[in-house]
Amino acid sequence: MVTLPFFAYTIAFLFVPAASVMIGAFQDKANHATFSNIRLLFDHPYIDAYWGSIRISLVTAVAGALFGMLIAYAAIREGTPRWIRSVLTTFSGVAANFGGIPLAFAFIATLGPLGVVTTWFRNAGYDYSVRWPHFQLFSERGVELAYMYFQLPLMILVIAPALDGLKREWREAAANLGAKQWQFWRHVGIPVLMPSFLGAFILLFGNSFAAYATAYSLNQGQNIVPILIGAYYTGNVLDNPHIAQALAFGMFVVLALMMVIYIPLQRRAARWAK
Amino acid sequence: MRIARPRMAPSAYVWLLLGAGYFLVPLYSTLAFSLKKNVAGTPCCTLSNYGWVIHNGDFWHTIRLSFVLALETIVISLILFVPTIYWVHLKLPRLRPVIAFMALVPFVVPPIVMVVGLLRTFHGAPGWYYGSPYGFLATAYVILAFPYMFFSLDAGFRSIDVHTLTEASQSLGARWTTTLFRVILPNIRSAALAASFLTLAIVMGEFTIANLAAFHTFPIFLQYVNESQGFPAGALTLLSFLITWAAMLSLLLVGRKRGARGAAIAGAR
Amino acid sequence: MSYLQLESLHRHFGPVKALNGIDISLGEGEFLSLLGPSGCGKTTALRLVAGFDRPNQGRVLVEGRDITGVAPNKRDMGMVFQAYSLFPNMTARQNVEFGLKIRGRDRSSRSKRVEELLELVGLAQAGDRFPHQLSGGMQQRVALARALAIEPRVLLLDEPLSALDAKVRVQLREEIRRIQLELGITTLYVTHDQEEALAISDHVAVMYGGVIEQMGTPSEMYTAPKTPFVAEFIGTMNRLEAHVVDGTAGEVEHAGKRLRIAAARGRRTGERVLILIRPEALELQAAVNGGNGGDNTLAAEVVTQTFLGPVTRLKMTGGLIADMSTARASALPVGASVVAQVPADGVQLLTLTDDLPDIGEGT
Repeated sequence: MVTLPFFAYTIAFLFVPAASVMIGAFQDKANHATFSNIRLLFDHPYIDAYWGSIRISLVTAVAGALFGMLIAYAAIREGTPRWIRSVLTTFSGVAANFGGIPLAFAFIATLGPLGVVTTWFRNAGYDYSVRWPHFQLFSERGVELAYMYFQLPLMILVIAPALDGLKREWREAAANLGAKQWQFWRHVGIPVLMPSFLGAFILLFGNSFAAYATAYSLNQGQNIVPILIGAYYTGNVLDNPHIAQALAFGMFVVLALMMVIYIPLQRRAARWAK
Repeated sequence: MRIARPRMAPSAYVWLLLGAGYFLVPLYSTLAFSLKKNVAGTPCCTLSNYGWVIHNGDFWHTIRLSFVLALETIVISLILFVPTIYWVHLKLPRLRPVIAFMALVPFVVPPIVMVVGLLRTFHGAPGWYYGSPYGFLATAYVILAFPYMFFSLDAGFRSIDVHTLTEASQSLGARWTTTLFRVILPNIRSAALAASFLTLAIVMGEFTIANLAAFHTFPIFLQYVNESQGFPAGALTLLSFLITWAAMLSLLLVGRKRGARGAAIAGAR
Repeated sequence: MSYLQLESLHRHFGPVKALNGIDISLGEGEFLSLLGPSGCGKTTALRLVAGFDRPNQGRVLVEGRDITGVAPNKRDMGMVFQAYSLFPNMTARQNVEFGLKIRGRDRSSRSKRVEELLELVGLAQAGDRFPHQLSGGMQQRVALARALAIEPRVLLLDEPLSALDAKVRVQLREEIRRIQLELGITTLYVTHDQEEALAISDHVAVMYGGVIEQMGTPSEMYTAPKTPFVAEFIGTMNRLEAHVVDGTAGEVEHAGKRLRIAAARGRRTGERVLILIRPEALELQAAVNGGNGGDNTLAAEVVTQTFLGPVTRLKMTGGLIADMSTARASALPVGASVVAQVPADGVQLLTLTDDLPDIGEGT
């Protein structure tokens, strides 16, 4: 059968490795079955890493979804010249792929100790690294700020079709029936957009949760899970490969949970797209 | 004929300007850094960083490696996915949702998880595969590219009438291979090209797997320069951005024609 | 006393003049159709009345009060859009209820009114369905019910039937008229379909290029068009170019043949005119060998026959079109030589100016 090579390939290089991670998570150094790795995940520093990952992912998903939607709406709504929308979509396509190492450097060049913006502020007499010790590029806030660079474009690209689907006739019909702007949004606009918005939110969460390169380049220490996993392979922090596998398994569980919520939401959104 | 043009809402201005500011400032900063020589004094502007990059042997070595990897990934992907998706559209439509579901798996098994599995599974594999980027890394990248390849090619196949074209070709006496190469492929060209450019962007920017599996690709080199040099990293970063930009632009130009999926998110994160 | 009045409305978008001075006076309970091709300004006029746009000049008055500056959500008018206007996240019932909810009516009076209206438009059973579960015709009925629920002063309809199938269109337009008469609501209806406009309106205003070419009852518009455009747009017309040869006797000459037309009396000799004859008014007979026919006839040859059911349309040389019963048309096949009798009375004559608007093949 023609499709055999495809299935053979995906089984060999996707499903088998994925399965091996699952299995490895439940093995000890002697390759006997055990729950000890999983149990260990609930200890420090592992549980902290999970909370860190979840925190960052939630923050960037919420901020990305909200601001992304506001920016996309600003570009798509009536009254804004068409070219702005094209430019925004094109740029979003590029910016969404400008992640990882180059992005980290761009932010270091902007907000790092020698950064352009840092220097502007300093020259204006305001050294914010003193005023706001919590804000440091190499901190959780900094990572979140950097992550927005690919979260916002992702949101824009995903929510644009849904915003297009907000027919102008609905707004006019609502006005004609006596509704004010906020009443339109409350009764029609937001309910119609909600499934797409939630779906996009989930996408953003998963996207942030799985991110590795940007955080690595911003020297994140070990407060998110991907870095912790990477530490086993690039450094000498963990000595038991099964811990790394258990960490990966934990990530898989979180992401699978997201998918379970995402798929029915997508179906809902498609139904109203008629 | 009714060209009603209401004025732009003030809040729209605000959000668009904020957005523009957030996106453009880091790019500007990168450019500024790339044109500086050292911290003190010399305000601007020198091209010495770019010179450093161009004269750096490692730069050419890694970028060549990444580029060839990308080509290899694209070729393997096309050979693997095009006939499969064609066959599914033609004869096995019920398999399509299965494959579509499979295309969502990389979302649940992201690179960081996948590389752990790959390293464990192929631990004992022969050196020519396990130790070579053209073996281990390329096969991993094909999986990474799979969802984007699938959605793009699938959209392409959906936009042409696969059955009619195939039947017409066969009634004129062509064999399967002829039909595939001479009839089907040219018609999904723009979808295939779009998927290829996307894959190019992915591979040129992929860091996670390369890092954990210890191969020296271009993004690895980028990170090394980030850590060791200051300002030359700016030139390199800008270059990397331009490469991504060029790939995406090509994708958009190619994708204008029917059958190609719009821009998707595939870079390193 | 006029209920709805449009006074000297002008609307331009840059150099484009969408509305170039419209005056309409509608009495209470009257049904007026704005009829014209796309781009003539009819939808622009409607949107000015609804408040979705502001005129550059002119006023809109309802019951004598100037509402030109009033926001659309305060005008108390009900509007039915061409398509897509039902809120997709609400059932039919909830859609109809929306305007009442906004106005703060209590639940029981709301649901009573909603049921009344769903009954009125014949959708009492489908109240709990969502728009995507309703056919196009049903959606427009819900849209109508929704617009009427708030008991508006004026009902505005923007080509509500254009997106529907032919059969549904005919059914629904009669429903709309029936409901409008029952409720006695002043109605402004926009359409490009002249058959629709003639079938259901009290008055019709034909628009072209941002102005009203002619306004009158449907039968006035049909039998006595005042401009070449109106003549072409409404129904099909034979248009024969001629010039007056005898203004006292009322004789004109067309294609070398002299014809007596009553309407030519009193015109200047030499004046270029357009003779307008409806296809059903042209009597055809088979040509008797050699004969040129009698007085007031034109000779021609049948070029095509189009079967339209009970009536067959014959197209002839010289640009002549005649409609006759299918039974009689069978005697005049393609290629037959015929003689067309031009009636002397009841035929319209228009002064010919050089710019004749081109509408293409008549419908």
